[in-house]
Amino acid sequence: MRAYTPKDDVQAKAYYTDRYYVAPQVPKQEVESDEVFASDLAAIKAMFDVKEAYIQVGQMVVYINANDIYGVLQLMRDELTYTQLSEMSAIDWIAKDNTFEIFYQMLSMTKRKRIRIKFFINNGDAVDSVESLFRSADWSEREMFDMFGIEANNHPFMKRILMPYDWQGNPLLKTYPLEGDEFAAWYEVDKIYGKEARDIIGPELRDPARVDRYDSERFARLGFEVPKGTEITGNEEPNAQEYQEDGGVFLIKKFTKESSKIVDDPQR
Amino acid sequence: MAQHKVNYTQDGGLPVALTTIDKLANWGRSNSLWALTYGLACCGIEMMAAGASRYDFDRFGTIFRASPRQSDVMIVAGTLTKKHAEFIKRLYDQMTEPRWVISMGSCANTGGMFNTYATVQGCDRIIPVDLYLPGCAPRPETLQYGVMLLQKKIRANKAGNAQKPKRLM
Repeated sequence: MRAYTPKDDVQAKAYYTDRYYVAPQVPKQEVESDEVFASDLAAIKAMFDVKEAYIQVGQMVVYINANDIYGVLQLMRDELTYTQLSEMSAIDWIAKDNTFEIFYQMLSMTKRKRIRIKFFINNGDAVDSVESLFRSADWSEREMFDMFGIEANNHPFMKRILMPYDWQGNPLLKTYPLEGDEFAAWYEVDKIYGKEARDIIGPELRDPARVDRYDSERFARLGFEVPKGTEITGNEEPNAQEYQEDGGVFLIKKFTKESSKIVDDPQR
Repeated sequence: MAQHKVNYTQDGGLPVALTTIDKLANWGRSNSLWALTYGLACCGIEMMAAGASRYDFDRFGTIFRASPRQSDVMIVAGTLTKKHAEFIKRLYDQMTEPRWVISMGSCANTGGMFNTYATVQGCDRIIPVDLYLPGCAPRPETLQYGVMLLQKKIRANKAGNAQKPKRLM
């Protein structure tokens, strides 16, 4: 039985609670607690404007201005030995304040340290491409463009990478439905057969658990299959499950267990 | 003249077998089902296993071909993405008649667990399918049974021009 909770002061409780689970923040440390990170941050601060910096889970996070990204990454690659761009992408904060948060995950193999460079851009703005600094940014920036619609200036081939070129919409935006919008739902039908085929082919069946035992066209009841289009009453005779026709097949010998030699010695 | 006593209607008699053209053509078709190597996802691994020595599709006359122009049956083994949909249609069109399609596994049947924007919800939205194999992924035995069922279906039909080309629409 469910435990009783008193309902006397329900109205007095906080009227707003988070609808979904909100992950607790991992504690942040001061940058000064790590001398390698402190010197790196000092080198960045000497040339560029740093908005915020802290250490989280052993990695330094640095917030900079959007315009400085090329210079910061060049400085980190050439002077601070952060020679690898492990990953870069965007975070959709459009619902909160109409911005994207862009992050660049950097790795230094000699210092054995990771730094995450972050900045915010407004929805609709473009970022500066760092493809000429890191080759890995080529596909990452294309993926960011594909999934979020954020363009990268000076990128050599700013096209979609995962979705088809004629796709509409950016699937990783939080406003994009998981099962796709109307364009996505009819994409293959429109492209191959044309819009007029929508009525013939019909909408997508989006319920994978749906079982229609009276459906004689696709998935009739197993063991009680009927020819296509038959009206199903529920009194069908069961079908014997057999591999081949009863009388055998023309020119093909039927396999019999009696005439075959069974090897039962495992050490043969 | 030699007075031999051969019963011509018994085995080893007259070297003649009487049959119909239908049966002969269907015998040839059903026992040389060349399949298109069309592994799209993890079902493709099971399809490869079915073709390899342990399950040995060659015994059934099913040999995998790398060209749609040489194949009779297309085994759609795996998730069909919307980006790939136009290519499955093109490959199907390049196969010569008569041709058959086996939809292998949940993803090819209905989209399976990929209830997303990028997955075609069943390859029968693009091409006509003869046989649906359930499973995720179906074992090679299932595929083998499916091929035998397809052979049975081929033998049950008329072989000549009476068989109309299958069209989705």
